[in-house]
Amino acid sequence: MLGYAAKRLLGAIPTLFILLTLAFVMMRAAPGGPFDMDRELPPEVRANLEAKYHLDEPLIAQYGRYLWDVVHFDFGPSFQYRDVTVNQLIEAGFPVSATLGGASLLFALVLGIPLGMLAALRQNRITDYLAMTTAMLGISIPNFVLAPLMILVFAVYNDWLPAGGLGGWQNYVLPVVALGTAMMAYVARLVRASTIEVMRSNYVRTARAKGLSSLRVICVHALPASLTPVVSFLGPAAAGIITGSVVIETIFGIPGLGQFFVIGALNRDYTLVMGVVLFYGILIVLFNLLVDLLYGWLDPRVTYS
Amino acid sequence: MSAAADKLEVAVKGRSLFSDAFRRLAANKAAVVSIGLLSLIVLACVVGPWLSPNDYFTQDYGAIWVGPTLTDAHWLGTDGLGRDLFVRVLEGGRISLMIGLVATLVSLVIGVAYGATAGYAGGRVDGAMMRIVDILYAMPFLFFVILLMVFFGRNILLIFVAIGAINWLDMARIVRGQTLALKSQPFIEAARMAGAPAPVIVARHIVPNLLGVVAVYITLTIPQVILFESFLSFLGLGVAEPATSWGALIKDGADEMNRAPWLLIVPGLFLAATLFCFNFIGDGLRDALDPKDR
Repeated sequence: MLGYAAKRLLGAIPTLFILLTLAFVMMRAAPGGPFDMDRELPPEVRANLEAKYHLDEPLIAQYGRYLWDVVHFDFGPSFQYRDVTVNQLIEAGFPVSATLGGASLLFALVLGIPLGMLAALRQNRITDYLAMTTAMLGISIPNFVLAPLMILVFAVYNDWLPAGGLGGWQNYVLPVVALGTAMMAYVARLVRASTIEVMRSNYVRTARAKGLSSLRVICVHALPASLTPVVSFLGPAAAGIITGSVVIETIFGIPGLGQFFVIGALNRDYTLVMGVVLFYGILIVLFNLLVDLLYGWLDPRVTYS
Repeated sequence: MSAAADKLEVAVKGRSLFSDAFRRLAANKAAVVSIGLLSLIVLACVVGPWLSPNDYFTQDYGAIWVGPTLTDAHWLGTDGLGRDLFVRVLEGGRISLMIGLVATLVSLVIGVAYGATAGYAGGRVDGAMMRIVDILYAMPFLFFVILLMVFFGRNILLIFVAIGAINWLDMARIVRGQTLALKSQPFIEAARMAGAPAPVIVARHIVPNLLGVVAVYITLTIPQVILFESFLSFLGLGVAEPATSWGALIKDGADEMNRAPWLLIVPGLFLAATLFCFNFIGDGLRDALDPKDR
């Protein structure tokens, strides 16, 4: 298994290298620069600034320098925020985004799994139809529609929850629901489909025949097997959380990585934007590896090759 | 169809995969209702703007921030610039639906060609082609699209290309898998025996047999694309004013929701209903075409 993990990590290197190169090329191909202001800068000032950020060197040298720094986990200084490095911004933003993403994932699993099980056990009955229509609604209402609507109902019309910002746990409720609902719906659908299949399998019939209580059959025998598709869904889910957090953090004014990315992109803070993209790239690679390892541990039939 | 052919049909009682699938789709109430509702929405988007006395960019200074009234000339109210919401929603729907269709077609053409080639070629070519797909898969494309929009300006053509370029990856994987399965079938062998060159086999024998999978995939891709465009528009990176899309309208609505909630609710409803219908139809099609539980 360790060998497999090492092989996967090595395999990720070309991916990350291409990502970095693409990022660098786009950064330089983009029209306009970080020091384009409304008022034209005096040439001396501009030259000094460019020298400070090494923008006056030949492109290939800049590329080499960037590559070298990134390999050492140094994403460089932010162009926009003076005297702050991209590393510091990521360190500040990541815990916030991770809390939001983790809580949304938890929300999705805690609600989605029972909903899916319930629908499967009451297949083709009213409970099933209700649960699955709810799930379809959850998938079909985009989070950027759901979020403002919830702000309107829970923060504007009724003063129950804060509309944005970051303070106590209350600030996380609406963003977590907005970010987690679609995921919850997917989880419910996956669990329903797999549970229906598992409940028809021979070993479940055997467990029933032994005279076990149906609760025990469901929770001990059926549940683990019906959760395997959910595990493989975690990879795409993580990517979904990351993209979703861009818009959710913007709507709720949460100072996480997603908001940094949007602000950075709009202000052409190249180093910040590239740093966040690379950081996300590394994160997704690691997360996918983790999911695959977990999958193999859950399902002994899976072999690593 | 002629009478003789009709008789033949009755005598043989042939049931092709598609007639069978169609029957099962027709029995799926959710899918049938979705098809009806979606047709209504599409029809409204196509002809609706002509029925209204207003157009989508003219400002009515006598009617600013007017709520939805069915008696007034502005059926669904107006925005802060006095523009008619009814026409704007339908006009936005035209753009959203068009982007959904065109970008899906782009990804379809690339994905089917790429996947079928890789699957049919097999061996090293297949390995290399799929390795490229794997690498591209790991790219956080959304971020690149956002950057493209920021750097090169909001351009509808760029949106098509960007979305299509992302979505073909899934298509290529699915088509490759199906092609691998089809490749060893006797009728492909027969074609090869008859001396048909590989491109002809792929185009004439493999691709037509992929239609079922592709149909399901299309209905599930269109809502994804529409959602993605709305997402971009919501971040202020989609279509440019005065043209509009559902995402752009939702963004405007969210900015002004305290004062005029209908500006958020109406386009949100249209977008959600459309996605809802497409998803249900895709589900229904998949169930109908899946021979597993026959």
